[in-house]
Amino acid sequence: MSDALLTVDHLNVGFATKAGVVQAATDISFEIHPGEVLAVVGESGSGKSVTALALMRLHPGNTIVTGDVRFEGRDLLNMSDRDMRAIRGNDIAMIFQDPMTAMNPVFSVGDQIVETIRVHDSSVSKQDAWTKSVDLLKLVGVPEPKQRASQYPHEYSGGMRQRAMIAMAIANDPKLLIADEPTTALDVTVQAQVMEVLHEVQAETGSAMMLITHDLGLVAGSADRVQVMYASRLMETGTIDQIFYESRNPYTMALLDSIPDVDGLKHELHPIPGNPPSLLNPPSGCAFRPRCSFATDVCSTEVPSRVKVGDQHESRCARTDELQTSVGVSS
Amino acid sequence: MTATITPFDSGALAGTGADEPLLRIRDLVKEFPIRAGVFRRQVGAVQAVSGVNLDLYPNETLGVVGESGCGKSTLGRSLLRLVEPTSGSVMFGNEDVTAASKGRLRELRRDLQMVFQDPYASLNPRLPIRDIIGEPMVIHGVSKSEARERVGELLTRVGLLPEHGNRYPHEFSGGQRQRIGIARSLALRPKVIILDEPVSALDVSIQAQVLNLLDEIQAEYNLSFMFIAHDLSVVRHTSDRVAVMYLGRIAEVADKDVLYESPAHPYTQSLLSAVPVADPRRERSRKRIILQGDVPSPANPPAGCRFHPRCPVAQDKCMTDTPELVDIGAGHQVSCHFPLLSGETLLQRLGDMGREAAISVKS
Ligand SMILES: Nc1ncnc2c1ncn2[C@@H]1O[C@H](COP(=O)(O)OP(=O)(O)O)[C@@H](O)[C@H]1O
Ligand SMILES: Nc1ncnc2c1ncn2[C@@H]1O[C@H](COP(=O)(O)OP(=O)(O)O)[C@@H](O)[C@H]1O
Ligand code: SF4
Ligand SMILES: [Mg+2]
Ligand SMILES: [Mg+2]
Repeated sequence: MSDALLTVDHLNVGFATKAGVVQAATDISFEIHPGEVLAVVGESGSGKSVTALALMRLHPGNTIVTGDVRFEGRDLLNMSDRDMRAIRGNDIAMIFQDPMTAMNPVFSVGDQIVETIRVHDSSVSKQDAWTKSVDLLKLVGVPEPKQRASQYPHEYSGGMRQRAMIAMAIANDPKLLIADEPTTALDVTVQAQVMEVLHEVQAETGSAMMLITHDLGLVAGSADRVQVMYASRLMETGTIDQIFYESRNPYTMALLDSIPDVDGLKHELHPIPGNPPSLLNPPSGCAFRPRCSFATDVCSTEVPSRVKVGDQHESRCARTDELQTSVGVSS
Repeated sequence: MTATITPFDSGALAGTGADEPLLRIRDLVKEFPIRAGVFRRQVGAVQAVSGVNLDLYPNETLGVVGESGCGKSTLGRSLLRLVEPTSGSVMFGNEDVTAASKGRLRELRRDLQMVFQDPYASLNPRLPIRDIIGEPMVIHGVSKSEARERVGELLTRVGLLPEHGNRYPHEFSGGQRQRIGIARSLALRPKVIILDEPVSALDVSIQAQVLNLLDEIQAEYNLSFMFIAHDLSVVRHTSDRVAVMYLGRIAEVADKDVLYESPAHPYTQSLLSAVPVADPRRERSRKRIILQGDVPSPANPPAGCRFHPRCPVAQDKCMTDTPELVDIGAGHQVSCHFPLLSGETLLQRLGDMGREAAISVKS
């Protein structure tokens, strides 16, 4: 697996606050390969966004980041700001839940795409960049792209704005798209439209995608591989089938057990008792231990290490070897 | 002290047999005026709820689903007159809630309660939990000491501790705050609770806790729920019957399994087809119909069937004539000129009409 596009090794992200250090990402290691969709799933506050922002070096000032992040072998955490800027938006592009965070309200959508194109290649004429931005809007399914290019973000609906942001993100043919809850703010029919656009775009450009979401349904329908995060750590990593049908991690199993099924295949919901822990004062040992029905003594004393349980499949749980269960709704 | 909370005896409800609705909503309309200019003249209206007819039966959960802005919350709030309906009636037994005086309305709120989506915004941050839950009881003449005792019991019932009564809302997590909201709604032993997106703000593991709690208290207190949500999986899990709304109107109502297994309205079928399922094998084998366009604005709803601009099987009539909500058998109601009956799927209809190309189908 040396052909990785992105390699993240022992990434730690902490925030220095008045109350102490909030450890938001702990010992995160993973790879993304060219063309694949890697989903990062977990409940709110588990550290998904923080991880993505830190590897793009978009984290706020009070942040302590350690570890190693390589993009095509290049050291992202230690390169100059200038080189990092060149990578952002060129090689790696980000799509956020709220498109307005990435858009400037006082410029037309077309002008913003033109700007994105010309920042990275000033030899492209304004004329050509405008033509390309209209093409991009067309590609992402914005109707009447010629007219819509001259409109401002507020003149777009939520779904259209998300398409426009995708157009902006792919303007320079990035090799990696990081999409952070790209459809969370959208209704389900519009979500289906936007996910379709993302997949088409990905097929067209051959880019890889890191899809951050809390929605296990989206993961099942969109990803090749998944990593499950809980309380700042990666609990389990595997292909979608490994995670959904052969999970070896109590948190993943519990999460899958707690969600209702639209086809009515689940008669009882099994909630996870309690609440996720504070990242300011995490429990000793395994962070899931206070809510875990498999916990034993060792879980409160030792942080579980990564156990390889199959090809591409890893779990962090002291009892991984004993857990052979398969959960979820099988069909 | 006889402060134990006894389940409500449904037999005591005068004159209602098991099949009589507890709440009958008829032709309910709510329009919000749109004002403009210096004189704030009314220039239009948001047609948030446009002629809704629905019944709520004793002890049932009626799910109300639809995309954001389709009027679910406005419908729920109109029933309790938290927004004043523009026209129509809401019969609770033999009484029209929309005609009740202010004083009578206060009494009616003993029976009709509401739980809101946002557990952060719906609890007064300056009051201790004991007062938040106890306030409705004191307003309705329960003595302070009895109210206090009942608060302790209610807290225990929703999975918190009596001593939590001394704390303030910010000391609780989202799930716990929703439990507090539920305890407050139970305080007066109501007959109906309107739950407006009660779990939408919660993470899935906590959602399941609250859904199971609602299930338990419904059985214990013989409650009728109107369960408003946009999550179709959650609604399937919790409801006995389900109503689908689109742009202020009811598109379809049916028993849960009928609605999910043989939906007759093209919108219901498209909506269900868009829901992602947490099962890769099912996802791979599914054909997904992807509706085009956005939901139009309720300030300027389309003529005829409000769904027609997005409906993949619309015909000329749909652009001009408004479909009525009609019964197609066994309480299954649908408002569509060309409903999908006897198991016909939208894809089959599209094939028959030669319109496969007009819609994006992802498999
Ligand atoms: N700037 C910050 N200062 C302190 N804590 C932060 C900051 N940003 C995020 N956090 C905390 O880090 C944790 C992880 O956050 P995040 O990555 O946004 O979670 P999510 O998985 O929902 O995307 C949360 O507990 C959050 O409160
Ligand atoms: N107080 C209000 N004033 C004006 N418009 C409103 C008000 N409340 C809701 N609306 C509008 O009514 C429509 C229905 O809203 P709502 O009932 O909140 O929908 P839902 O709960 O299904 O998302 C929306 O277009 C919304 O903007
Ligand atoms: S009435 Fe016409 S437009 Fe409306 S749902 Fe039925 S077929 Fe579609
Ligand atoms: Mg996030
Ligand atoms: Mg609402």
